[in-house]
Amino acid sequence: MSVADPFPPTPAVPHTALRAALDTAARVWLDEAAATITAEPAAIRRLFPAARRRCGRARLTEHWTVDEAARAVLLTALPRTGPALADEVTLLHRHGDPAEQRAVLRTLPLLDLGELALPVVRDALRGNDTTLIEAALGPYATAHLPDAEYRQAVLKCVFYEIPLDRVHGVHTRADRELARMLAAFAQERIAAGRDVPQDIRPVVRAFPDVISEAPAAVEKQLKSDLKEQI
Amino acid sequence: MRIFDPHIHMTSRTTDDYEAMHAAGVRAVVEPAFWLGQPRTSPESFYDYFDALLGWEPYRAAQFGIQHYCTIALNPKEANDPRCTPVLDELDRYLAKDRVVAVGEIGYDSMTPEEDEALARQLQLAVEHGLPALVHTPHRDKTAGTRRTLDVVRESGIAPELVVLDHLNELTVGMVLDSGCWAGFSVYPKTKMSEDRMIEILKEFGTARVLVNSAADWGRSDPLKTRRTADAMLAAGFDDDRVDTVMWRNPVAFYGQSGRLELDPCPDEPGRDEDATFQGNSIRRGGA
Ligand SMILES: [Zn+2]
Repeated sequence: MSVADPFPPTPAVPHTALRAALDTAARVWLDEAAATITAEPAAIRRLFPAARRRCGRARLTEHWTVDEAARAVLLTALPRTGPALADEVTLLHRHGDPAEQRAVLRTLPLLDLGELALPVVRDALRGNDTTLIEAALGPYATAHLPDAEYRQAVLKCVFYEIPLDRVHGVHTRADRELARMLAAFAQERIAAGRDVPQDIRPVVRAFPDVISEAPAAVEKQLKSDLKEQI
Repeated sequence: MRIFDPHIHMTSRTTDDYEAMHAAGVRAVVEPAFWLGQPRTSPESFYDYFDALLGWEPYRAAQFGIQHYCTIALNPKEANDPRCTPVLDELDRYLAKDRVVAVGEIGYDSMTPEEDEALARQLQLAVEHGLPALVHTPHRDKTAGTRRTLDVVRESGIAPELVVLDHLNELTVGMVLDSGCWAGFSVYPKTKMSEDRMIEILKEFGTARVLVNSAADWGRSDPLKTRRTADAMLAAGFDDDRVDTVMWRNPVAFYGQSGRLELDPCPDEPGRDEDATFQGNSIRRGGA
């Protein structure tokens, strides 16, 4: 690791900002919903889908929209751990619309799940919805996704033009093999006469031997604009 | 001109259609769950289809500056197949979703007892979820079928203003408007309803509680029929305000009764919907 990761490690539920963003009716609804789920966990199946129209959908912080944060409150209210929690989370994801799925994915690092939610992350990474791919590549994926899958996911982001500074932990997880894959991608792009995304450069540059092994044109591209290096 | 197509099956349409629709003024659509031409043989196929109506299709639409909502139901044709009817037991889960603005398409195809059961049950679900209902009228024996549909709607106890009966014609429009329900018209290249006939109906019955749609799907149909009808209205002397009533304000008023129609004010730029992709425009780049 040679480049500082710009993301804070764990995006906790922004309770204060969320409460300030909600009107009284929404605040009351959310408090009651969380209490209901604590008493009767299966109630989350009907409350989780309703949260967005009850609480709103505006952006709250860099990491959370209002609906995602509200749904994180509901998920963290579940009195479950381990496999029982994973089952409920998997079900909510399976039956969720994209907004619900983003909320599940963003909340994964706050739940006691170990590796058990990896199928949920893999499901999102298999799809084409860039909002889901981005949400899937959060701190949970950084901590748990095996190397080969993490590399493929980062490469998919590059293909889909998801800026890498939105991908949590990319500079922590980047390894020589990922740098090689990105350099090979740059080579393909150069051969096709297409642009090479700027944001792969810092990742590849962290592995000078990958650059020095690349063809001259690729090396030149990846080394250019050094002043832009973060 | 802004257009809201209240009934179109975008799953069957191409990205060229989305581009042409946006250029023609279409900014919002409702896609009713219907049958896919090829019969489905298990409930799981429906769930994947419903997920696509809530997931991939709105995502696709947003990239072309079009807001996409859907209606969910077991359609009348497949309500006759016992392999598909378990879908009725899972509809609650889907009717709770934000982008579901009605129960539909429900109604009659061949007017069987199974269709009776599915129609009555799904009207009940609309009542329980506080949702409007999109009711298709049968292509064969339409007048008798429409009359029978109105009877079932009345018996269900749903408020008539929450119901649209679709695919109407000159013979069925009067009884539907008299009942207090909304009247839907599918303007099609050859069958159902043409622009010229639509104009005559609007002249005779007015623009209140009337919805005009293209019902474009996998058959020979035209996703720009809404715009063509709007142009025909203008040519026939209807003013901009009345065209806007039919093409925008009426569908907004009807589906708005769901409380879930969160329309952004007519985005001019594709992808402004916050659900849309920010840069990674995989569809217009031809996939990746
Ligand atoms: Zn239809």
